[in-house]
Amino acid sequence: MREAVRLALAIAAKDIRAELRSRTALLSATVFAALVLVVFNFARDPTALAAIDLAPSVLWVTFALAAMVALNRAFTIERENAALDGLLLAPVPREALFLGKLLANLAFVGTVEAITLPLFVLFFNVPIVHALPGILGVTALATVGFVAVGTIFSAMAVRTRFAELMLPVLLLPFMVPPLIGAVQATARLLAHRPLSEVMGWLRLLALYDVVFVTLCMLAFPAVVDE
Amino acid sequence: MTQPAAAAPIVRRGLLLSSVALLGLAGVYVLAIGYTPVEARQGLAQKIFYLHVPAAWSALLSFSLVGISSALYLWLHDPRLDRFAASSAEVGVAFSAVMLTTGPIWAKPIWGTWWTWDARLTLTLFLFFLFIGYLALRAALADPAERARFSAVVGILGMLLVPFIHLSVYLFRTLHPQPVVLKPSAPSLPPAMLQTLLTSVAVFTLLYIGLVTVRYGIALADEAREAADAA
Repeated sequence: MREAVRLALAIAAKDIRAELRSRTALLSATVFAALVLVVFNFARDPTALAAIDLAPSVLWVTFALAAMVALNRAFTIERENAALDGLLLAPVPREALFLGKLLANLAFVGTVEAITLPLFVLFFNVPIVHALPGILGVTALATVGFVAVGTIFSAMAVRTRFAELMLPVLLLPFMVPPLIGAVQATARLLAHRPLSEVMGWLRLLALYDVVFVTLCMLAFPAVVDE
Repeated sequence: MTQPAAAAPIVRRGLLLSSVALLGLAGVYVLAIGYTPVEARQGLAQKIFYLHVPAAWSALLSFSLVGISSALYLWLHDPRLDRFAASSAEVGVAFSAVMLTTGPIWAKPIWGTWWTWDARLTLTLFLFFLFIGYLALRAALADPAERARFSAVVGILGMLLVPFIHLSVYLFRTLHPQPVVLKPSAPSLPPAMLQTLLTSVAVFTLLYIGLVTVRYGIALADEAREAADAA
């Protein structure tokens, strides 16, 4: 178990190091997220709809789209120069390999989210400080779930002919429960509701995480092993 | 190695079953129009019930069987399970399309709207999308073994997604009470209606079996051709 975690961390560290050396993907994903926020701003009639009413949906659609872009790249980099074959030849349990890729994806998506959140506050003028701990918790819970499913789908999608299209088509239905939960919880937290009121949603998000992280880890060998 | 010759009898059997089911379907139309009484409040619009509910039944049956056969495939690695899952998913998408078109046709006069984000509607819509994705993935993969493994994984994850979608759309609605949607509250059906409905469910189940059998035979023939091309 300790060994598996160590291997997973090593794989995640490899991905993060590779990303930090080029930074192109991280930069593009962040710019993409910022652009989505800007586009959303023009999709709303400011006289008809207050920013605060739309804010939770805008935030989560932006996060979801940014995560999609990020996940598309997770296994594309392993495809180049058959890097995945090298990883699979190494004596690494597949579960540890999955955990490593998941951690790297979480670091990537988390970074994009961390940069997008202040931009969102800035563009939409949403007072957020009072709800910040709650929103960070909701973000973490929701992100873990759909990034786990996205990681395994990304490994499949790169093997198909239209990888960039296949991933969203497969992943979006799986994003629905975490997105509904996150939007609902965020809206309540922004409206100064107490944390106890969103406990139901938080439980649902946590349950989703437990079920899908476990399931994806168990199913991962079927995706990478011939 | 599968022989093309093995596929033909299966397809024929499937076509026979489907033809019987289609005859039965004609019978359901006769029953629905001639035998069942006109519902007092909904009028003739209610007749669509005898197609919509059985179509929904067949769609859910096919998707459940995709989930189960996917799980069994990852365990047993029997290509028959994969072929069955693929056939069932395709037929299920067809039945969902019937369900998702007959539903709004009924809902417009009765609810006053084509679509509402009711928990059950949302769930079935996402199931439909999920299995379109499943079929798209299958179509985009060339290697049969890889296709079988990947689609089995999607099938299993999809089966587990269903309770989550249900729970989240249900919570979404109960926490956010919407304007009261006019819904028939589980009516105790008059015998004529119940008999027609049950007949129709039986007919649609038979149609499901027939269509899946045809599709299974076609999958068998496809594999034989793929293997011949590869050789």
